[in-house]
This record gives sequence, C-alpha cells and structure tokens, in this order.
Amino acid sequence: MRREQDVLLKIRDAQTYFPVQKGLFKRTVGYVRAVDNVSLDVYRGETLGLVGESGCGKTTLGKSILQLVPVTGGQFIYNFDGEEKDLRKLSKDEMMQARKRLQIVFQDPYSSLNPSFTIFGSLQDPLKKFGVKSKEERRRIIGDLLEAVNLHREYMNRYPHEFSGGQRQRIGIARALSLQPELIICDEAVSALDVSIQAQVLNLLLELKEKHNLTYIFISHDLSVVEYMSDRIAVMYLGKIVELAQAEDLFANAMHPYTQALLSAIPVAEVGRRRKRIVLEGNVPSPVNPPPGCTFHPRCPYAMEVCKSRVPELKTYLIDGREHQVACHLAEKEAAKFVQPVETAEVEKNAAN
Amino acid sequence: MVYVDTILTVDNLHINFYTNNRCNEAVKGVSFQLKKGRTLCLVGESGCGKSVSASAIMRLLPPLSRIEEGRIIYHTDQGDIHLHELDPSGPEIRAIRGAEIAMIFQDPMTALNPVYTVGFQIREAFMYHAKMAKAAMQAKAVELLRAMRIPAPEQRVNEYIHQYSGGMRQRAMIAMAMACNPKILIADEPTTALDVTVQAQIFDLMNDLQQKHNAAILLITHDMGVVAELAHDVVVMYMGVAVENGPVEDVLTRPAHPYTSALLRSIPVLGQSKAQKLEPIRGSTPDPFNRPQGCQFHPRCDFATEQCLQEPETFSVSPNHTVRCWHYEKVLANA
Repeated sequence: MRREQDVLLKIRDAQTYFPVQKGLFKRTVGYVRAVDNVSLDVYRGETLGLVGESGCGKTTLGKSILQLVPVTGGQFIYNFDGEEKDLRKLSKDEMMQARKRLQIVFQDPYSSLNPSFTIFGSLQDPLKKFGVKSKEERRRIIGDLLEAVNLHREYMNRYPHEFSGGQRQRIGIARALSLQPELIICDEAVSALDVSIQAQVLNLLLELKEKHNLTYIFISHDLSVVEYMSDRIAVMYLGKIVELAQAEDLFANAMHPYTQALLSAIPVAEVGRRRKRIVLEGNVPSPVNPPPGCTFHPRCPYAMEVCKSRVPELKTYLIDGREHQVACHLAEKEAAKFVQPVETAEVEKNAAN
Repeated sequence: MVYVDTILTVDNLHINFYTNNRCNEAVKGVSFQLKKGRTLCLVGESGCGKSVSASAIMRLLPPLSRIEEGRIIYHTDQGDIHLHELDPSGPEIRAIRGAEIAMIFQDPMTALNPVYTVGFQIREAFMYHAKMAKAAMQAKAVELLRAMRIPAPEQRVNEYIHQYSGGMRQRAMIAMAMACNPKILIADEPTTALDVTVQAQIFDLMNDLQQKHNAAILLITHDMGVVAELAHDVVVMYMGVAVENGPVEDVLTRPAHPYTSALLRSIPVLGQSKAQKLEPIRGSTPDPFNRPQGCQFHPRCDFATEQCLQEPETFSVSPNHTVRCWHYEKVLANA
C-alpha cells in the first residue's frame, strides 16, 4: 500500500484559464478552460501517463505544474524532502530553487534548442545558475550528461543543426537531467520522431528513470507509447480528468465511454486484431463554451438525461482492492450495484494506515 | 503477370531529385500492383520516398526531379496508358488527374485554397471533367458533403475552409477527391494531422467508399497500426527502395526483410502493457547524399555480411510475397 509521504506532488482543483479577448479595447469576452478543476497525486518514483486528444489541456497541465503559464486557481503542493509547499505560493527566489527539482523535455527537438549556441552553450546555463563556477567542471558534467544519453562527449562543441531529430531529443533529455531533478515532465517527447528512433528514446528514458530514481509525468496523444511507459494513466477530455487508473486496469477495464472509444479507435499493429471500432460522432467541442453537465455528453453513445445537466465528479472506486477513478454518471450507476464509491479522504486514511 | 483486376502497375521506378548541384536518388526501385477494391499501403519512415512515388503516379513531381527509369501503367478498359511517358501538364494526364486517379493530401490547410468556398473547389472537378449545369453541380457538391457526414451541408457548401474543423477539412478534401468517382484514390498520410477518434471516422468513410465504388486505394502511412487495420497488401520502403512487398498477413506476421522485422519489434503494441520489450533499431537513417553501398539497410542490420555490399536481388518468399535481401531465409528462420 502506498504511504502518504510517497506523494511527491499533490494537485488540488487546478485551474488554468486563458482569457479570450475581442475588439479594439481587448475586452475579455470569455475564458478557454484549458485545465478545469484537476486534482491528482503523483507518487515518488512512478510514471504517470497523461493522454488525450489535441486541445484537451494535457500540455497546459504540464506547464501549470512548472508554473510556466499563469495559473488561475488551485494548489500544487510539492513535497520538498518532507516539507510540503504550494508551488504557487513560493517567492521568485524559492521558485527558482524549486526548478532544480522540476524539469521538462519539450515536444519539438527542432525549436527547443537555440540554433546560435553550441550544445555546451545551451547546457551550461543551468549549471552556471546553480553554482558550478569553473568552466572545466561544467565541461566535465556536460560531457558526462551527453554520455549518459548515449552521445559522444565531443558533441558538446557542435551546433544543433548538426544533429538528427533523435539526437536533439536526447540532448533535450540531457539538459533536463543536468540539475539532478526529481520530477521530469515529458511533453510529447517522442511524437516528432520516426518509429525506429522513437524506441531508442523510450528505452533511454526508462533506463535513466531506474538509474536516477526519477518520477515522470509522461504526456502523449499516443496511447500505445503511454502504455509502454506508464504505471498509472490519466485520461483527459476538455480540461478535465475523466479517468485515472493503473495502466493494466485502464486497458483491461476502461470505465469511461470516452476512454473506451479512444482505445477502440487506435489502430493496432497486429494482423487479425481488427476489433469493433466505436466511432464517435462529431468533434471535440470548443473549450471556450463547453457543453453543460458532462462535457462528453454530446458525443457519448450512452448519454442520459442527468449527463446534460450535472457535472460528474471524479470518484474513486475500489475494484478488487485497486483504485480506479472515473468521472461518469453511468459508471456511477453501474458501480452502485456492486461497489461503493470510496470518499477520497477515506482512501487516503486507509493508505496512511 | 498482370491480373485481370489490376488497375495500376508500377514497375522498377527510379526518381532523382536535382537540387543544389547534387543528385538525390529519392526512389530507386519500387514496383507494385494496385488492384480494384483493394487497399495497398506504402509504409516507411520520413524521407524513404513513399510520397514521391505517389506523386509520380499523378505526375505531380516538382520541376527539379525526373523519372529516370521504370514504368507506371494505368490499365483501363480501352487499353493501357503509360503514365510515365505523358507530359506532366499535357491534356492526357489532366483528363485522368482528378477524374480517374484522385489524391488526398496530408495537410488540408495547405492543400485547399483559402480564398474559394469549399463548394467551388468541389465544383471545379465537375467543370473540368463533366458536362453539367451549374445547379446540378451545386446539388452534387451538397450531396458529396452529406455523404461525408458533414452536418448542415447546404450551408457548409458555401463556407470557407477556415470555418471548418480539422476533421471536416479532411472530409471536404475526400469529398473533392471522390467527386468524379475515381478508380484509384491515392491518400498521402490522410490522418497524420488528426486525432485518433477523428482518424477512425475518416477510415470508416474510406472503407465505405471503397465498398460502394470498388475503388483501389493507395494509402501512404508511417503507422504500422494503420497498415494492420486497413491494408490488404503492403509495400515496405527504406531509403527509396521497396524492401518487402506482399499481403499484409504475410508481411506483418512473417516479415522476411530485417528492416520490416526490426521495425515491428521497435513499436509498442497497445494492450501488451509494460511486459513487452522494445528493441530499437540501432543508428539512424543515413544521409541521402551519402548513402551506404549495396543494401541501404546493412549498416543497421544484424544479418549484414560482405555480400550486402552488393545490391540485393528480389527474391520470392511465396507467390505474392517478395523481398530484397540476401539473407531473407535466415531472417525467416530466426523469427
């Protein structure tokens, strides 16, 4: 059973809204609810997968954790070696210190490295900032980092254009590792790579996790990749988490209709496994003006009356002793027959014992 | 051997690009046959020449490129047409392009014209290829959009492309391609820019169309999952060479080329969780201006020997399954 102190990051009711401005005076006419009341726990040493279609807010959630976008509301409680602090309440200096522990690998390896700096130039900045004074020492550290991601030491004197996409992504990973972080957010870290290169980077990430005892939040739209990487997976739709479970449970027993459709829509590279595809009607609605009630109801094949008016809560169910969170009225109704929803507080209490 | 139902034959195609005083052999030896009512997938990584091969069929290659060798033959009821001999902007190919062979492009935002309505762009096909009254054209355009399950087609037909969502744009482009009931539909990564749930909608539509009109589909993709779900036949390309060619069951379950086999072992399969072990292909794809000698894959291949420095011949694994590798028997035995 997991213990309370194993929680590295607690997110409570996180909201990130972007204002929509119109007209000459830039009046705010509405908000894009990119992240809408998201609560989740990230445990130390795990890989939490975050999946969803484009525009569902997965990247914004990643950036909100790092405070790289202005967050509207909620708490991001990070466990600083036993001392819990809200990242939003840190002073500028404290946040700068916290950044050592929280790193990100970006999606596009072509635009995330400065083309006019050598690799050494790009990678030495964080080291300089955090007190590695001697240039020789920085050279040694960066050389070691490049070797850790299977590149030659001498590559530090080259410019980004001299590298292929896969190599650049590995440099991005080396940069994220440079300050020995605890949590790395991988935002579509392999999406821009060709399949034969993708596997190299995925295996590298798994190796590094073992070696440095890292925690990953792995954001991707590709469920097969997320499944390969993750211990737990959260599915997002229109800024909300609709389902969160252990990876095996999510694939074996998807409870939310959206997750079911998403899983069935993915082509699988195995002949003779042509399954019945659930084809969803229509498109993802605009996050500026989401539908009332459950945001998925206009596309949901099982939509009921209650779905149109009431927003379903993300509730925790214990299925064979394993936690499975889902936000759906139907699942709630079905589950009421055989399992009782457990209040989150109770689960936490149980976990603590 | 040409089957009765073969509609397009591509035979030993070679295409060179001449840029910056250098010559890139983008396609060096691709052969396949497209059959009525069946889907053929061209699969490979970026830069392997799959899109170039498809553009060559439509004769839409850029100015600084040339078909050096090989034949592209379109089999019609009135006899064979040698597409590779036609003038790329001449009347013969223009009569075929859009009417008999149509194409769907990867990015609908750049493939469609933002200053004309969707309806106009669909009607264009009728203006060139059919003698119809204007009202009839408009009615047909609405009907096509409806068949593509675009909501409120009477209104949508007069809208511009920026008013459509990504999935709807792709569907509008398919409507355009299907306007004259083409016999061959070439789809160049039609769903790469789309979400999986929208991708499922598009594939559903393409399936319907194939069954209704018995069209042959040439689908270009890099996604092995798409291949497994949609293809009847598959051609695997690497660095401009068609390394393996055969029915999808054979190629995906008993790959005879080391590249196909390595590629399949390097992609995560949904539903197998963390138990699976991915085996990456070592190294990276070579620079097209600095190609390895002989077999293009040998520097990354586990089976490579001295012999691989010579260009491999084409071997038959079974009547429909061919492979270009000196060591295909070892690869098959090793599986």
